[in-house]
Amino acid sequence: MSAVVTKRPAEESTGSPVKEMVGGYLGRVKGGDMGALPALIALVALCVFFWVAQPIFMSTSNLANLFTQGAAGIVIAMGLVFVLLLGEIDLSAGFTSGVCAAVLAVTLTQQGWPWYAAVGAALIVGALIGTLLGTIVVKIGIPSFVVTLAAFLALQGVALKIMDNGTNISISDKTIVAISNDNVPITLGWVIFAVGILGFAAVQLRQFTTRRKRGLVGQSLGAVVVKVSALAVVCGLGVYFLSLERSRNPAFASLKGMPIVVPLILVLLVVFTFVLNRTSFGRHIYAVGGNQEAARRAGINVDRIKIIAFVLCSAMAAIGGIIAASRANSVDPNTGGSDVLLKAVGAAVIGGTSLFGGRGRMLDAILGGMVIAVIDNGMGLMGYSAGTKFIVTGLVLLLAAGVDALSRRRSLTTR
Amino acid sequence: MTASENQVPGPVIELRGIDKSFGPVQVLHGVDFEVHAGEVTALVGDNGAGKSTLVKCIGGIHPIDSGDYLFEGKPVHVGGPRDAAALGVEIVYQDLALADNLDIVQNMFLGREKKSGLILDEYAMEELAAQTLAGLSVRTVKSVRQQVSSLSGGQRQTVAIAKAVLWNSKVVILDEPTAALGVAQTQQVLELVRRLADKGLAVVLISHNMNDVFAVSDRIAALYLGKMAAQVKTRDVTHAQVVELITAGRSGDLGIAQANGNGAKA
Repeated sequence: MSAVVTKRPAEESTGSPVKEMVGGYLGRVKGGDMGALPALIALVALCVFFWVAQPIFMSTSNLANLFTQGAAGIVIAMGLVFVLLLGEIDLSAGFTSGVCAAVLAVTLTQQGWPWYAAVGAALIVGALIGTLLGTIVVKIGIPSFVVTLAAFLALQGVALKIMDNGTNISISDKTIVAISNDNVPITLGWVIFAVGILGFAAVQLRQFTTRRKRGLVGQSLGAVVVKVSALAVVCGLGVYFLSLERSRNPAFASLKGMPIVVPLILVLLVVFTFVLNRTSFGRHIYAVGGNQEAARRAGINVDRIKIIAFVLCSAMAAIGGIIAASRANSVDPNTGGSDVLLKAVGAAVIGGTSLFGGRGRMLDAILGGMVIAVIDNGMGLMGYSAGTKFIVTGLVLLLAAGVDALSRRRSLTTR
Repeated sequence: MTASENQVPGPVIELRGIDKSFGPVQVLHGVDFEVHAGEVTALVGDNGAGKSTLVKCIGGIHPIDSGDYLFEGKPVHVGGPRDAAALGVEIVYQDLALADNLDIVQNMFLGREKKSGLILDEYAMEELAAQTLAGLSVRTVKSVRQQVSSLSGGQRQTVAIAKAVLWNSKVVILDEPTAALGVAQTQQVLELVRRLADKGLAVVLISHNMNDVFAVSDRIAALYLGKMAAQVKTRDVTHAQVVELITAGRSGDLGIAQANGNGAKA
């Protein structure tokens, strides 16, 4: 019997790795999980489209720009993934980032704190906001939509108060400014690349050998090789292009290497993907999002999970705020305002995170964030007005949410 | 259906004179109930007879007002679901309580994940889950890494039951496991229920379906308006008698005596 349930060497070795991966993906789609593929296709299609329409889009300087433009939104979106996985939402994440950026600016310039203390203060304020939001949602039972909508308004006011009714505070601390404006030395860039790819390969190989040794079904060696090499090629190309000189006047100021935000986001991606996939806390987040009652009956402290998710979300918003402050070299009451939050939610959803809870990955936020950044950047290059950009971004978000809703409905009917 | 005839060292769970009220409404009146290892005990009764309440008392979800709760002959206090789980009592509810977005292994270990250090020990969990399913001779599930959302109703029921027996439980209580299933799937689940008892577990099966009850049970306990009308061996009664016990509380010399209303045992 164990042969039927556990060991299926015949299936493991037949068929090409590509076929196996396609089959596995189709299985997940049947279960109502479209995964990251729609976002990936959209990203490639958009890049090709803008490249053809406006060749400067693919210039190295513009590509580097894309990352720094999208970084703040991507980090906020990564935090939102935690909350979205629970089937909740945090509409205040934008202004949480604004308030935290304001705290950073005030402590840095007016109080003269060192950068690490100011960053710590911003993160703590973010975590406190998250604790407050999560506690209200859980203990009083107001829907998170309403709680965070209230916080959206209130935090806007807090940001104004911190900045004396709207003065713009400029930031001159070198470390903070460097986050969004400086690049990693080229050698270090390649070292990060090598460590990343080798680490990924090691994890995948270890999984493969352990599964084989224990007689468990797993992906074939071919699939592992395809995955690792695909990642190596894509990332290698990325690092190569970002390592090219992109200054118009290299003698005056050399500009090359990947922006610092890229490794920063990668570290966050690795850490939180680990938390979501490999720890019981992550497992419980998915369980609460999938079936809260089942989680409760399984003895999971649902309230605790929810509060921690809101804390993580707001703390990530704080990091997003710091990145935004760094990019603008200043903080004003509009930091984290206007469309920041909506684009971050859009990024997570476009990437494949479900608004209904239970489905999503950290990577989704990055892919979706890149789609939004590409639309923004590409249409800007083509000379479209802000109005057109908003309309197109809105339509893309609607499309992504539609795909989410439809794939969910399909999985409900095919049961 | 004869597996348990020889092993009668006394019931695993014995309830004596259980009373349970919700506010002014008394739901259970002095209910006696026994569950034996290696047997399927069918708990039958009309809607509102108190089946669910009785089961929830056993599972520790409702505290009992008065009466004795004996587990393996020793009086115990079951104050919550955790106490019941610690004794080895698992309840599979009608709505199954599975998370659709998780796979079979993840669901079976939900809330009790195996870890090595900080990291989840996926390999150990997958092996144990596969062993448990294999031990129950489950052949309908292709891979233990399938998402539950892709499973059929019968497969879900199977996973929920496997989850209950994963923890070396002694008593498994199934709340209408076949209510939503088709003919073939009902058959599979009933076979599984029978195998649980044959493995030596005490199984309580709540069901409205007389065919199911007579197909797998060793004993039948009939509740009537919060009283235990009768607890009898399945082979000693007929369909019609059980239906009478459910609808009228008595059948011939079985059931609640009209004069004093006390439960009578066969």
